[in-house]
Amino acid sequence: MKIRVDPIVCDGHGVCAELFPERISLDDWGYPIVDDSPIDDRLLPHAKRAVEQCPVIALRLERALAGR
Amino acid sequence: MIVAATSTKALWYLTRGSGIVSLVLLTASVVLGVSTAARWASAKWPRFITEGLHKNISLLSIVFLAVHIATAVLDGYVHIRWIDAVVPFTSTYRPFWLGLGALAFDMLLAVIVTSLLRVRIGHRIWRAVHWLAYGCWPIAVLHGLGAGSDNGQQWMLFIDLAAVAVVATAVFARFVVPATTHRTNTPLVGGRA
Ligand code: HEM
Ligand code: SF4
Repeated sequence: MKIRVDPIVCDGHGVCAELFPERISLDDWGYPIVDDSPIDDRLLPHAKRAVEQCPVIALRLERALAGR
Repeated sequence: MIVAATSTKALWYLTRGSGIVSLVLLTASVVLGVSTAARWASAKWPRFITEGLHKNISLLSIVFLAVHIATAVLDGYVHIRWIDAVVPFTSTYRPFWLGLGALAFDMLLAVIVTSLLRVRIGHRIWRAVHWLAYGCWPIAVLHGLGAGSDNGQQWMLFIDLAAVAVVATAVFARFVVPATTHRTNTPLVGGRA
């Protein structure tokens, strides 16, 4: 799995970076910079929590496709 | 006979107590919701705390409301039916004030159910239903003022006034104070300085 942000929906609340710093950091304006490298099982619960808690539901978990 | 009388009284006390706790929890929930929407945060109070508390206190308020309603119905002293708790303005006992309680409860259920299904139903629908919270809370306060047995008491008036003051302040700060002034941007982790 990997995490994706929809930049049009995202409002820069920054909750995701608090909950999932392993893949998400914030730029100077408070918008997320997402590292889309694969998320292993150990980190998955944190990723799911970030997806659920984003105030505008701008995050999505996607299956990481081979070769991408 | 005496046993029945005292247990009825216990139910009545429980109804009042759980009603007051529900009001306090709901008030806290609204303030935390407003704080989430307004993005209030600091390094010591990150956003996920506000949001997590908002959710969990909301769920807790439902538990106390369940006790509040169940004890009100089961206490046979005045006649209140289960249906009176969900269909507004049908009860024979204080139909208007109990009706407000039922209305607030319905709105609360709608807000909570859509919130639990938030990721599934999508942001648009969830957001639209969530505005009901601003109707639900004042209706619940009015219900307490009108139907409560403690509404003549000074301490109850104090709780009501405090609740109104806290929510009014939060709502004022969210909607009236320009957004730019309270848009904090203090990333807890991962942000570049
Ligand atoms: C499982 C339960 C709940 C969840 C997951 C939840 C989630 C949220 C979230 C994420 C926000 C932020 C919206 C944004 O930033 O645009 C919010 C705002 C808010 N919530 Fe809730 N909520 C729940 C229950 C409730 C309840 C029971 C109430 C009160 C009756 C309530 C009242 C509010 C209010 C007043 C706002 C501010 C809305 C605004 O001004 O934009 N919420 N909630
Ligand atoms: S929590 Fe959601 S709105 Fe906030 S920065 Fe992350 S993706 Fe954007």
